[in-house]
Amino acid sequence: MSTLHLDAEALYRDLAGGVRGLLQPGAALVGIWSGGAWLAERLQRDLGLAGEPGVITSALHRDDFDKRGMAADAGQTRLPFEVEGRHIVLIDDVLYTGRTTRAVINELFDFGRPASVTLAVLVDRGGRELPIQPAYSAARVTLPPERRLALARNAAGHFSFAIREEGAAP
Amino acid sequence: MMLPRRNPQLNAHGELVHLLSIEGLPRAVIHQILDTAGTFLSVNDREVKKVPLLRGKSVFNLFFENSTRTRTTFEIAAKRLSADVINLDIARSSTAKGESLLDTIANLSAMHADMFVVRHGESGAPYLIAQHCAPHVHVVNAGDGRHAHPTQGLLDMYTIRHFKQDFTRLTVAIVGDIVHSRVARSDIHALTTLGVPEVRAVGPKTLVPGDLREMGVRVCHDMAEGIRGADVIIMLRLQNERMSGALLPSAGEFFKNYGLTPDKLALAKPDAIVMHPGPINRGVEIDSAVADGRQSVILPQVTFGIAVRMAVMSTIAGNTA
Repeated sequence: MSTLHLDAEALYRDLAGGVRGLLQPGAALVGIWSGGAWLAERLQRDLGLAGEPGVITSALHRDDFDKRGMAADAGQTRLPFEVEGRHIVLIDDVLYTGRTTRAVINELFDFGRPASVTLAVLVDRGGRELPIQPAYSAARVTLPPERRLALARNAAGHFSFAIREEGAAP
Repeated sequence: MMLPRRNPQLNAHGELVHLLSIEGLPRAVIHQILDTAGTFLSVNDREVKKVPLLRGKSVFNLFFENSTRTRTTFEIAAKRLSADVINLDIARSSTAKGESLLDTIANLSAMHADMFVVRHGESGAPYLIAQHCAPHVHVVNAGDGRHAHPTQGLLDMYTIRHFKQDFTRLTVAIVGDIVHSRVARSDIHALTTLGVPEVRAVGPKTLVPGDLREMGVRVCHDMAEGIRGADVIIMLRLQNERMSGALLPSAGEFFKNYGLTPDKLALAKPDAIVMHPGPINRGVEIDSAVADGRQSVILPQVTFGIAVRMAVMSTIAGNTA
């Protein structure tokens, strides 16, 4: 198979435009830990939004807890605003099975009842196992299931994609 | 050749499947539990103060020794994880009719228990249960004899990390009846594993024997020497049953020498914290002015205790033997 080339920085610029179109008055960005949280942090700044974006983790609502247990480094949910009645835009780096999205929606509702929840992602790699679709995706790719695609961020804050075989050392 | 025996708390991958003692736990496992507890602490700030990790699981509280407070904190922790909690008044039921410990466990396992939280007067009882229960069943030691009280040890470490961040520069003084205290033993193992350079055991010779030095602590029979320059002071409850007999002349005498008063606390660092596993005996091991004072973190310990017990239960429940 040819090497998949994804220019994360170019896709980020597309994502910023897409998210701008999704923002309703008073909407809040919530990044899914960890790649989505990096994206939300930068989008908040680049889109000129006031305050801090939220960070959300799937750790406490994962459906594979019985098989995988507590993750050693799963981040913590921090939502520095009222969730009740707010329009929430979830941001993630890679959308795959949809199970993480399902878990973070449950996590979000533990804090209140949002007015609406939409999802914007950098890359949609297909392979959905739940009826979840993004309102915006900057790219759609097809990858074999054993390939893992994850966003990386360097010291200067620039994004790139890391692709590796599932089970291989990071 | 003798193969080294695996720590019975860990599976072949080095993951925690039971919590029986802090002794022998790798530093990374302790830190992981403390990190996880941090996540659970924030669950208290949510509209819904419950997470579904143990939904459909049954946690049996088996307190062969009474302790309403500890049992309640385990019950709250399990309920916040969405488990079903069954409290057995075991001291007054089956054992009183002569049933053996392992028969009791076999019966409760037949009722589809997923986790046993065990307090027992005999050291080692939780180990015995862990060795004989089914592979999917997990055991938490909630205090066994004089041996260990690992969740108290972990919540003490969480408290110290919360207020002092770095363990590797601290002087920690544990004061009182060290020899009979499972809390002291668990704290000493945890503090040395986490790299605390100076752990002091402070108290009279009858309650702090010199052979405690083998655990890597500095033994101090003089209170002023024991407290001077300390960052953390852990006061232990003086158990009334020790007051009679030859161990101690009287409660008043103990308070005069080893009770923590504002004068004695002034010998520690100005930002030292004062801890106590509770319940406190005011005027026996601690003065009210200290227990209620600005350096006391006794009530935060209680709050952290719930989050730490949630972390322990969810960690072991997520790992398989």
